[in-house]
Amino acid sequence: MASLIGYYSLVFGLCASLLIVFFCIKNFQNSLIFDNKVLTFTFLQLFFVIISFLGLIISFINSDFSNETVFNHSHTTKPLFYKISGTWGNHEGSLLLWLLVLTLFIFLFLLKSKDQSKKYRILTLLFQQIIIIGFFIFLIQTSNPFNYIFPVPSEGLGLNPILQDPALAIHPPILYLGYVGSSIIFSSTLAATALNYVSVDWAKHIKFWILTSWIFLTLGILLGSIWAYYELGWGGFWFWDPVENVSLMPWLALTTLLHCVLILEKKNLLSSWTIILSISTFTLSMCGTFLVRSGILNSVHTFANDPERGLFILIFLFSLIFLSLIIFFFFHKQDKKKYNFFWLSKETSIVVNNWFMMYFLTVVLIGTTYPIFLEVLTSEKISVGPPFYNKLIIPFLIPFLFAMAIGPKLKWIKSDIKDKFYLILFLIISLLLSAFIIKNLNINFLLNTVLVTSAFYLFFITTRDFFSKGLKNLSQNIAHFGFSLLILSILLNNIFSSEVITNLKVGETLQLDKTQIKFESIEKKNINNYAAVIGKFQVRDKDGNTQILNPELRIYNQPNIVTSEADIKTNLFTDKFMTMNLVQNQDYFNIRYQIKPFMIWIWISVLLISFAGLTSLLKKKNYEN
Amino acid sequence: MYGRKVKLRFLFISLILLILSLSVFLILKSLEENVVYFQSPTEVKELAELNKNKIRIGGMVKNNSISIEEKKVKFIVTDFKNEINVIYSGVIPNLFAEGKGVVAEGYLNDRNFFSATKILAKHDENYMPPEVKAALEEK
Repeated sequence: MASLIGYYSLVFGLCASLLIVFFCIKNFQNSLIFDNKVLTFTFLQLFFVIISFLGLIISFINSDFSNETVFNHSHTTKPLFYKISGTWGNHEGSLLLWLLVLTLFIFLFLLKSKDQSKKYRILTLLFQQIIIIGFFIFLIQTSNPFNYIFPVPSEGLGLNPILQDPALAIHPPILYLGYVGSSIIFSSTLAATALNYVSVDWAKHIKFWILTSWIFLTLGILLGSIWAYYELGWGGFWFWDPVENVSLMPWLALTTLLHCVLILEKKNLLSSWTIILSISTFTLSMCGTFLVRSGILNSVHTFANDPERGLFILIFLFSLIFLSLIIFFFFHKQDKKKYNFFWLSKETSIVVNNWFMMYFLTVVLIGTTYPIFLEVLTSEKISVGPPFYNKLIIPFLIPFLFAMAIGPKLKWIKSDIKDKFYLILFLIISLLLSAFIIKNLNINFLLNTVLVTSAFYLFFITTRDFFSKGLKNLSQNIAHFGFSLLILSILLNNIFSSEVITNLKVGETLQLDKTQIKFESIEKKNINNYAAVIGKFQVRDKDGNTQILNPELRIYNQPNIVTSEADIKTNLFTDKFMTMNLVQNQDYFNIRYQIKPFMIWIWISVLLISFAGLTSLLKKKNYEN
Repeated sequence: MYGRKVKLRFLFISLILLILSLSVFLILKSLEENVVYFQSPTEVKELAELNKNKIRIGGMVKNNSISIEEKKVKFIVTDFKNEINVIYSGVIPNLFAEGKGVVAEGYLNDRNFFSATKILAKHDENYMPPEVKAALEEK
């Protein structure tokens, strides 16, 4: 029943789209004021999509296996929380979520843009409707979440156990708010370009939407990263996996846009560049969806490989790019006025930031797509791993970090550096501190020292600014401070991490120079939809401190999959991380014990960065009132 | 002949072009060095000469071939036509099992022995890495 309602809501939603387009065109030509009928229909459309989404959720909660999506991804013994999160843990459901976010954002946009001109609002709505209609058709044609199966199976196939996890339950909605939220930037940019409205006012207005998307995208990536850390048991937070890269690319584009729109807002410059960035952000999001959904990349996100779906998204993607290029070339008027700024100025520093970001984006883009192209062209199968990214990105972080420290100190148009004294003082302190840390380690001294120095430098400069500048530029300062903390934690984490990998039987002890690992016992438990095997390990470090760690194996009933749950003991300075893996038909367990310093600061710093975005939003609001 | 402004602009543009071509060169060069090729056991057998680079091999884990010691795991990867012995020490993914697909990354000792540095985890029991699927279909 719920499925049926859900399906018809989708059809009604599509009809609402067509009505909206009709009224938009009528309203655009005829009347001077914004027709409220349009707003009503947009709300109606949102309402239908919500009903449809609720219909799917209810089908999941009731374990209604006459629905194909529910049958494929749910099971009666699954806890209620994961029944609900299973709604978007599959291809069909996650696309419905796409659609929900698309319609939600355009409705919020219409509510929030009442002070904007009628033509601009209507055009934005029209462009957004093109995307929405595309996704409606895509959903109904190739991935209908409400397909009916008969005879009705008595039990479902279950959700992939590694997705049964709290962080991953909320990761898709949060990520989508950022990922799909960029659609509204795309639509309004096209509208503004067509109306020749890319200006200071527009920059002020669009900044809100850029920030909103950016905050959610940052948080979404963070959640995915935390999940990968403890659930996949690899003991890292970023693997340069293509799926991670496709979320990083829109983030890089969006961050660049966030900086570039500042120049547009303050100086009415770089309008073409802003338009290009807005278009690329959403295009990269769509590209990500294509790569992930078409099954070209192998990952957790590849739910089902269906070439038809990939083809549809690809064609749709190209039509959107084509449309935006036409609008850009035919409607966008380059501002002819001359504007010069001195080489040492805020403008330059932001442009430099943009250049660096574009470089990082290019590296990630090439690393992600090159294997695909090569396979298509030569049918040779390759993979591009972390060394590629490390080599190309890490050295460039050094000037990037220095620019981040100095840039915000510069003034618009022309600037000179005052207070040179403390800038140099901090440089010396950072250098000495880093040299002291790196000195006795067996790693590349020069590169690591300079890297850590640049991170410390940004750290000190931004810390000082909290005191000297107070509330002025607070959000920017928090964000840059957060970034310095992030890079510092990552560097120190990399330098000081250590690990032991071994195979042990119950009762055995591994004796190393510094650590002793004793496999004391295992215990079996039956919980809801899985059986747990919990190991008890005693770890003794060189100072004689002992700690008990309890990594766990979960053997799920449906689908029959074994997952490892890492046991992580976290404190402010270091994480102790242990995973246990089963080896088929053997007495041995495969044990991995890792010491990862400053892990928690990686998460905290990313939270700080998104918090900075939030303060910027709030400040804007106060300013308006 | 030309004004100072024109000269400056020319300098600026050539600087940008230089940086651009330099970064493209850098990216392509390190791509060449850091790419990991995938090969099936049959392709390994047919190699004209062994290279020292890191590669990936993939296929099925042969039945009754896994043996484990404290420090290492040994198993045989097969594409039902040719086989390779793999020696590995490191983290073993949960879905690593006999009769299932596997991808191992590491170095070839010779045409029959492979030292793996990493075994890639699969996320789903029904899921077969595309490389392995293709390797098995080619047989």
